[in-house]
Amino acid sequence: MRRLGDDPRPAGAGTALGVIEFDDVAYSYGGEALLSGVSARIAPGTFHFLTGPSGAGKTTLLKLAYLQLRPTAGRLSLFGKDVTGIERDQVARTRRRIGFVHQDCQFLDHLPIAENVALPLLVSGREASGADLGDLLSWVGLSRRAEALPPELSGGERQRAALARAVMSDPEIVIADEPTGNVDWEMSLRLLTLLVELNRMGKTILVATHDLTLIRQAKAQVSARVLRVGGGTMVPAGAEL
Amino acid sequence: MRLFRPSGVADRVVPPTGFTARLTLGASAAMAFLAVFALALSLSAGRVASTWSDALARTATVRISAPSGQVEAQAVAALAVLDTTPGVASARRLGADEQRALLEPWFGPDLPIESLPVPVLIEVVATADGFDSGGLSARLAGEAPGAVLDDHAAWRAPLVAAAGRMRLLGFGCLLLISLTVAAMVALAAQAALAANARVIATLRLVGAEDAFIARAFVRRFTLRGLAGAGAGTLAAAVVLAMLPSAGAGSTEAAWLSLSIGGAQWALLLLVPPATAAVAYGATRLAARRALTEAT
Ligand SMILES: Nc1ncnc2c1ncn2[C@@H]1O[C@H](COP(=O)(O)OP(=O)(O)OP(=O)(O)O)[C@@H](O)[C@H]1O
Ligand SMILES: [Mg+2]
Repeated sequence: MRRLGDDPRPAGAGTALGVIEFDDVAYSYGGEALLSGVSARIAPGTFHFLTGPSGAGKTTLLKLAYLQLRPTAGRLSLFGKDVTGIERDQVARTRRRIGFVHQDCQFLDHLPIAENVALPLLVSGREASGADLGDLLSWVGLSRRAEALPPELSGGERQRAALARAVMSDPEIVIADEPTGNVDWEMSLRLLTLLVELNRMGKTILVATHDLTLIRQAKAQVSARVLRVGGGTMVPAGAEL
Repeated sequence: MRLFRPSGVADRVVPPTGFTARLTLGASAAMAFLAVFALALSLSAGRVASTWSDALARTATVRISAPSGQVEAQAVAALAVLDTTPGVASARRLGADEQRALLEPWFGPDLPIESLPVPVLIEVVATADGFDSGGLSARLAGEAPGAVLDDHAAWRAPLVAAAGRMRLLGFGCLLLISLTVAAMVALAAQAALAANARVIATLRLVGAEDAFIARAFVRRFTLRGLAGAGAGTLAAAVVLAMLPSAGAGSTEAAWLSLSIGGAQWALLLLVPPATAAVAYGATRLAARRALTEAT
């Protein structure tokens, strides 16, 4: 874990600005607004959970933060910069500072896991050192599956491979959408531990999940905050969690 | 250019799609084959046209038809006129043997040419600057009324024009062939881009810029265009070299032979890179259009 551990940024350090800032953001998939009046500031180095009923818009919010969707109203800032209307190449470069674990992890099915994990470096013109890649794969427990093709992996293995890929380019923010969606409790804890480790290295973590037990487990390890998505907006959750 | 840097892994991010590869290779090969012949047509037509306009422009014939008693006197008078005409390099009366040779194809070898009233022919070769046909005709009319100057313009002009049109036709074919290659490659590239929509989306999601994704496709289709056109050009060159060349050196026969000579073979080497360039442009355009639709 040499490369990941080298990160000098202490948790919570940086500017007073949020690394992710929603300012009165609204979004609609075409019909009536799914989200409106969403305002939130995610400070650097923090650990946030996003909860809420299925269909409330958690994935939508994460995709907005990853510039996969554009707000239909309001402003979004990333790393202190307004990104509401940036062009495609800037989107690509901004994404390199964010690691994203999607709900349905997409891989290039014709390339082995090791190459898929190294993809974020390849597309940004950087070389993946074999040692770093090996470290990362053993960190997520996939050393022995490095040469397997993505369709040959189990659901949990795919989630872990996706997490490895998300942190490959040493991003400042890691976003995970239901990372424990289809894994057993033991694996969930393991993935949570990985996310907590990343947070301790100074990365900002944003995780959408239904799993309240997982949130309680996390709160025992880090000071995680919870945002509740529902009724078309997002608010900090009460102390009941 | 980054396009031609060896980048094995970056290329592999897009899985190969069999039929688009075959379509591009096949279309490039066939079109390059045709392009070589269109090029050969242009080149030989161009050569024919310039041979006729240069060589024939420098020669003329004076024909003297007169009652038998006056022919000799008029021939001497005409030669005297020609000798003093500026722009005439030489004037020479054709001998009986030469005239017999000219008529042999029609009348056989034993024509008793001396006893026939065939006209006297004088072959005129002009200097590089040429002579004034109108002035010469007028002077000949004064000195030798039976002399007619034929500077070949009458029959040369339409042939040169025809050769020029053949040449244009060859270039037109080249243009159409280029457009066809562009359309075929663009279609194949579009099919490949559509078939790989998921791959493109995944690459975008890990932070790939459009140029990176486009390059993977453009490089592949350009190289296929180059390889296909290389094979097509080679095949066409072999066929071209094996074509029987009808009567080398004769301007009339040049029509029949699509032969190209010497340095012109080097022009054929331009066909594969030109095809590759067309494939490059077509794929870039297709990629740019497809990518603006991906998030
Ligand atoms: N591409 C789309 N087009 C139209 N509607 C969509 C699209 N994606 C999501 N939706 C709708 O938007 C709403 C919010 O979807 P979203 O995926 O953000 O929910 P979620 O909170 O992540 O749910 P879950 O917990 O089940 O993952 C849902 O009602 C969904 O049907
Ligand atoms: Mg979701």
